[in-house]
Amino acid sequence: MGRMDHPIATRLPPWLRRRLTQGGQALLLAVLSVSANIVLLVLSVLSLAFTVLGAGLFAFPAVTAAVRELANHNRRVAGAWTGREIPVPYRPEPAQPTVWRRYRWVVTDPATWRDLLWLLLSIPVGLVLGLLPLVLLVYGLEGLLGVPVLLWALDVWYGYGAIWPADTLGKALLALPQGALILFFGGVTGELLHRMHGGFTRGLLAPTPSAALHQRVRQLTETRSQTVDAQAAELRRIERDLHDGAQARLVALSMSIGLAEELMSRDPEAAQRLMAEAREASGQALGELRDLVRGIHPPVLAERGLAGALAALALKLPLPVEVDAELPGRPLAPVESAVYFVAAELLANVAKHSAARSAWLRLRYGDGRLVLVVGDDGVGGADPAGGTGLRGIERRLAAFDGTMFVASPPGGPTTVTMELPCELSSPKTSPSSGTG
Amino acid sequence: MRVVIAEDLALLRDGLTRLLHAFDFEVVAAVDNGPALLPALLDKRPDVAVVDVRLPPTFTDEGLQAAIEARTRIPGLPVLVLSQHVEQLYARELLADRTGAIGYLLKDRVSNVGQFVDAVRRVAAGGTVMDPEVIAELLANRSGAEPLHALTAREREVLGLMAEGRSNAAIAGRLFVTEKAVSKHINSIFSKLGMPPSEDDNRRVLAVLTYLNA
Repeated sequence: MGRMDHPIATRLPPWLRRRLTQGGQALLLAVLSVSANIVLLVLSVLSLAFTVLGAGLFAFPAVTAAVRELANHNRRVAGAWTGREIPVPYRPEPAQPTVWRRYRWVVTDPATWRDLLWLLLSIPVGLVLGLLPLVLLVYGLEGLLGVPVLLWALDVWYGYGAIWPADTLGKALLALPQGALILFFGGVTGELLHRMHGGFTRGLLAPTPSAALHQRVRQLTETRSQTVDAQAAELRRIERDLHDGAQARLVALSMSIGLAEELMSRDPEAAQRLMAEAREASGQALGELRDLVRGIHPPVLAERGLAGALAALALKLPLPVEVDAELPGRPLAPVESAVYFVAAELLANVAKHSAARSAWLRLRYGDGRLVLVVGDDGVGGADPAGGTGLRGIERRLAAFDGTMFVASPPGGPTTVTMELPCELSSPKTSPSSGTG
Repeated sequence: MRVVIAEDLALLRDGLTRLLHAFDFEVVAAVDNGPALLPALLDKRPDVAVVDVRLPPTFTDEGLQAAIEARTRIPGLPVLVLSQHVEQLYARELLADRTGAIGYLLKDRVSNVGQFVDAVRRVAAGGTVMDPEVIAELLANRSGAEPLHALTAREREVLGLMAEGRSNAAIAGRLFVTEKAVSKHINSIFSKLGMPPSEDDNRRVLAVLTYLNA
């Protein structure tokens, strides 16, 4: 049945247990908001004031860093309460931070001042909203559970609710309905107060629409320039491969054929040799073109879509890969291609580094997001910051607002989860044209 | 021998027609799109079909699908599938009905006319012809996998050449051994893969299938 180590906790009804937990968190925050907020607020004001003397140039950014830590903690907690993450609104740190640049960075960011406003307001708000639910719950419980105490203490100073003192049995028993009422009220309003607290935090700590837009523009600018760079590099590579490979081979090929034509009547044997050479050169040119095409857009992707292409990809690996890919339609071609190459890179990593005996791949679509998970039973320890491969994947995904999460404890297993927002076309529409 | 060709590029379609004609094949139909292929295969019932994987109108794998569909209606209908690229996935799908008479080659192989025509004839005769590139990929990746781990390196080599559709004599020539040695290897392969004695052609197909599905 229940957990043996918390017999009392398991005996409480679940809603009450949840309220108590929430109340406890709120209480903790309330205590924090009083102590930490006051300290930080005072420090902020002091360090700002000392800017005139120069010391504030160092101190204010340092205090602000602490304020941001606290604010971020509150963002996380309130985000969890309201079930919706609160984004961090701060502008990015200057690239080469000097004392003055850091100071300017902190002072010119409106989020800094909103944080200070929040510090100030959350002292009373946190106290009221944070303490009230718990107070109601505890007092209500006291009314229900405290009757024996009241009975025992009849005729003494003790009382409950509106009845002071509770000096007769009847008065003491009145604590029961009062306690129930208060408990009920605490239960009903607890969730509401909780949400109000979350809403208050969100209101001040979430990025303003303009800050959010700034952030978005900055991010788009960054990913766009990355994408443009990557595309230019890709085109250069293709140009070089064609120039040094297939193009050069075709030149050699036409030379051989031309020469064979000359020799046909005079030296048929030599002509035949040349033709054989020409055929070989054409084979090599075709092989190079095939590899090149595979790198640009794998033909199997055009023919079978993402799920089929991933199944084909899995067969090329030196270890068994279980593929479970189900999509209700097809994503746009650039998305398909990006996800395919991400999967190829991840599986290549598995084959190269993980020492895994088997791997698996799962592709699903839901809530407007494409989710790819690649896992293996290898040694783990994959570090997204360490490998250029994983960083390349992150860059590739960034162009589509996609994200990647790596879970790879030492000793394994490793799972990499990729998420990418996109839309699917209905399965009937035909894919891009081409010829084979 | 009557043959149906499916290829959308006129240059290649005419080239194939001319080539096969020169080797005494009778081209009874040469279609340039997917929807026309299935009726052509069912109506003409050719001795062998040479089919491009990717065909209009969708330019996906219509040729492959039509070939597989035709073979469910006419089991064992010999089909040689050509493509600009080879995928093990497609090889498995083509082999899945276990009736043989299937070929899967890169288009490049057409340039070696003798070998190409030989492949067409082998498929028409019920053989299995896989592109060396499919085999090479398998050798690189799956040689240690069940149930092939029981085979010696030489036996795996022989099995790979069998999958390419080569005769015992051709395998012997390739490996510089006698034909007798080759058939000894092949018998050993059959017994290690647990294939009872039966008609040799069918066993060859089954062995190749085991190989490709490893």
